Amino acid sequence: MSKKVHITATINGRETEFLCEPRQSLLEVLRDELRLTGTKEGCNNGNCGACNVMLEGRLVNSCLVLGVEVQGKEVTTIEGVASKDGLHPLQQKFLENAALQCGICTPGFIVAAKALIEQKPKANEQQIRHYLAGNLCRCTGYDKIVRAVQDAAKECAGKAK
Amino acid sequence: MKNFTYFQPNSVKQAVGLLDAKWGTTELLAGGTDLLDLQKEYVAQPDKVVSLTGIKELATIEAGNTGTKIGAGVKLTAIADHPALKKLYPALTDAAGDVGGPQIQNMGTLGGNLCQRNRCWYFRDEHVNCLLKGGPKCFALDGENQYHAVFTTGHKCVIVHPSTLAPGLIALGATVDIAGPKGNRTVELTKFFQAPTGPTQREHTLAPNEVLVSVSIPAKAVKNASYEVRHKQAYDWPLVQAAVAFNYEGGKVSNARIVLGHVAPTPVLAEAAAKAIEGKAIDEATAAAAGKAAAEGAKPLSQNAYKVKLIEVAVKRALLAAAGGKKYWEM
Repeated sequence: MSKKVHITATINGRETEFLCEPRQSLLEVLRDELRLTGTKEGCNNGNCGACNVMLEGRLVNSCLVLGVEVQGKEVTTIEGVASKDGLHPLQQKFLENAALQCGICTPGFIVAAKALIEQKPKANEQQIRHYLAGNLCRCTGYDKIVRAVQDAAKECAGKAK
Repeated sequence: MKNFTYFQPNSVKQAVGLLDAKWGTTELLAGGTDLLDLQKEYVAQPDKVVSLTGIKELATIEAGNTGTKIGAGVKLTAIADHPALKKLYPALTDAAGDVGGPQIQNMGTLGGNLCQRNRCWYFRDEHVNCLLKGGPKCFALDGENQYHAVFTTGHKCVIVHPSTLAPGLIALGATVDIAGPKGNRTVELTKFFQAPTGPTQREHTLAPNEVLVSVSIPAKAVKNASYEVRHKQAYDWPLVQAAVAFNYEGGKVSNARIVLGHVAPTPVLAEAAAKAIEGKAIDEATAAAAGKAAAEGAKPLSQNAYKVKLIEVAVKRALLAAAGGKKYWEM
């Protein structure tokens, strides 16, 4: 009844074409069609944030966006966070602070935290915790994650000077 | 998810033309945060999905001296962060900023918040054929009902209305503009909601082939606030919400409107509470008395009597916050 739809979008800075069924979420398109498997599926209903990506510069749950809705839009996934010069400070600080155990939630946390520190470079601990309330981690207990984000925010602020 | 045909019209008129005259076969997609979830659970199984994201006129905010008009497609983030709206209508902007988390606010829209389906776990379970899905009975009546209605008299289905933007907007006297096959109509937001009793009804009174276009708030400087009693600060629906709006001149309340959320299948206009505070100065005692009045007539279910007390608390704190211009954590 419904044919696949041809979509063109800018994904991690690169113009990308794909075919998808209307029912496929952006998350399914990223993982199954484009093989960008850094974005994880957790709850698949908007609670856990494991599938976080940036859509037109806004943090969203890719499991709640239809693939067909990104026609002509810009998407950045975890694969687009590091640069050719190396890891993003958030990625580096997550490593240094051991802010992960199983790692399934980590891409979502890093994408969300990046959105936060770009928006509010001086976010305090309470603001960080509130902003990351849509990201669930079942291993670490969040303290190390919050410390990693605080460290990364400091480093980003230092670089900006 | 059942597959469907996807449409992305670029005008409201085209969108209306794509909708069927009965519920179930077509669905409107705005932010998608509720619809996709319902589709994944097979609670919604439309053949056609009509996306509203290509319609520019739905995404504008006009805030001026003659009143405020917010397009139904405006994102919750844009409402929560709008400087003029924040100043005039904290009852609306605070509620928008408390929905879900940043991810949900970045996708969710005003219209979607008002038209979202209820959160009853029996309704949301594909395998439970409850009254709203054409089944024999409401399973929450004698089942797990801790988050359900406490104003239950006359209701066969005891959901609570899930919108947290509705109570503040109703308190502020908002109206909604609706487009349908025969043209546009305007309805007071109080009359936009209904208690559904079966699969041919929704929590609102839109016809299946109508589209919510915008919400208008009259230009009146009123004290207003919304207070949500919550399990946690983010990522959940409130247990009980109260929104208030009133004139406060010479230290006396007039034209008070107090609206309760999450206590009945529709937002509830608490007239007794408004009457209790009318003509009075707001302090701990008068605000508490209004709270007590708001809870009158509640008939809780087996597991949710605690919500009656929360109504008292929510109304009291909303009144104090509105009068003092302070958030509850600053009080």
